[in-house]
Amino acid sequence: MNMPLVKAEPTPVMPAPTAKVLPLEPKRNALATRLATRVRDVAIRVVPPIVVITVTLLVWELLCRRAGSTLPPPSRVLDDTWELIVDPFFDRGGLDKGLFWHLSASLQRVASGYLLASLVGVALGTLVGQSTWAMRGLDPIFQVLRTVPPLAWLPLSLAAFRNGQPSAIFVIFITAIWPIIINTAVGIRNIPQDYHNVARVLRLNHFEFFWKIMLPSAAPYIFTGLRIGIGLSWLAIVAAEMLIGGVGIGFFIWDAWNSSHISEIILALLYVGLIGFVLDRIVAGIATLVTHGTAAN
Amino acid sequence: MAYLKLDHIDKTFTRGALETEVLKDITLGIEKGEFVSIIGHSGCGKTTLLNIVAGLTRATIGGVLLEEREVDEPGPDRAVVFQNHSLLPWLTVYDNVRLAVDKVFSATKSRVERRAWTMHNLELVQMAHAKDKRPAEISGGMKQRVGLARALAMEPKVLLLDEPFGALDALTRAHLQDSVMAIHQKLRNTVLMITHDVDEAVLLSDRIVMMTNGPAARIGEVLDVPLARPRWRLDVASSPTYLKCRQRVLEFLYERHRFIEAA
Repeated sequence: MNMPLVKAEPTPVMPAPTAKVLPLEPKRNALATRLATRVRDVAIRVVPPIVVITVTLLVWELLCRRAGSTLPPPSRVLDDTWELIVDPFFDRGGLDKGLFWHLSASLQRVASGYLLASLVGVALGTLVGQSTWAMRGLDPIFQVLRTVPPLAWLPLSLAAFRNGQPSAIFVIFITAIWPIIINTAVGIRNIPQDYHNVARVLRLNHFEFFWKIMLPSAAPYIFTGLRIGIGLSWLAIVAAEMLIGGVGIGFFIWDAWNSSHISEIILALLYVGLIGFVLDRIVAGIATLVTHGTAAN
Repeated sequence: MAYLKLDHIDKTFTRGALETEVLKDITLGIEKGEFVSIIGHSGCGKTTLLNIVAGLTRATIGGVLLEEREVDEPGPDRAVVFQNHSLLPWLTVYDNVRLAVDKVFSATKSRVERRAWTMHNLELVQMAHAKDKRPAEISGGMKQRVGLARALAMEPKVLLLDEPFGALDALTRAHLQDSVMAIHQKLRNTVLMITHDVDEAVLLSDRIVMMTNGPAARIGEVLDVPLARPRWRLDVASSPTYLKCRQRVLEFLYERHRFIEAA
């Protein structure tokens, strides 16, 4: 009984002096190593893309440099489009506008169509996920309609709306809605029986069940659908705008082709790609924000 | 009349033309403050019986009376601690319990009182320290504790435990059993527990209900456990009464099992 007491007394005294001597040096080292690892982490991520991009540009430059090549080399592209790059905000009336205006017109169409698709898609997905009857009735229709290519809807919507703007928005809507519906429905159907039991024991009403169990439980699935949806919307808008005309990046590309401004097409493609990437990141960002948000409630 | 009464319950599952009789003529009375265990081999319909008491499943014939009133749908007066904890993964430990508190006491407790009540129940199961963690960040035993806190926070008339420690390792299970005993000692709540662990049943229960093998499982025998409370695991383990009760349950399960094999 006495042994542990005797042993316990000197042990707390021993580490104290050693602890006083040590701290300064390793701290400085730790800071230096931490900085080094941070730099290395950034380098690991940044260096490979820079190398690949440089090599690609070089190869492209070499391939397209010779006389008679059909596409301009990157140096010519930069030269030709320098005005468009430095001044995206000019507006000379009509369709002669800077790239900013074209892109913002396209983004506005995508925003309207996509938001509409999100609302209707989540609502329909919830209905289909919850009701066996609705699923049996609607699922075959969805499965057939979702395979229709976006542009195939355009003539029909032009006939219905008799106007380019709502037609383009409709095409975005009908393109984006299917993955949203289907993923939401799967998410709702996959709510574990346990959560249903908890809700029943707590006597949650339909409204509470929807907000407190159903949406958070299906949220990861819903956001998968929303992410696929935003990608498809951006794919569809360029094609739709080529056909309907008016201000928009799709029309800009088509117009550039008609005037043989190949460099402008390449610049526009770059912008389209970058914006598509940013859109995807935004929806992914909202997804993490929202799933954390509901979790923090 | 008993506080909780299971009255001539039959349960038949129908799937197409196929009818499976799961429970047959289950009648059982449980007094207020009593701790009753239901034990039987797996597949004998124990969980179905608990679900009927919880109101999650409807009895085919017969019903459940709580304070002489029939209960045929789920409610917080019969809170369940589920086999697999069933915590909502997007809520913190605190919010999981708070969800139940908010729902049950929305009219009777103020916001501050509900907060205090939530914390009180987390303290009761010794989980107040993890209140801001999410279920994925705590161990299986801790999840079960939070599940218990959520059920206790509803102030149920009957606490239903569905093999609550089945998925835990032996040491954690013993620890939780002690907690449940301490809480029962303190709150004197009425508890109905499903288990397949003989020691657990004898240690915790006032009475043990032994079910025959399915299909059409019945109550085979009801055993009183006349051990004084509070019970201490180590003291009780060597007491003749404990050993006798344990022997009795084992004999029942063994006999019935052999009976099935012969049939």
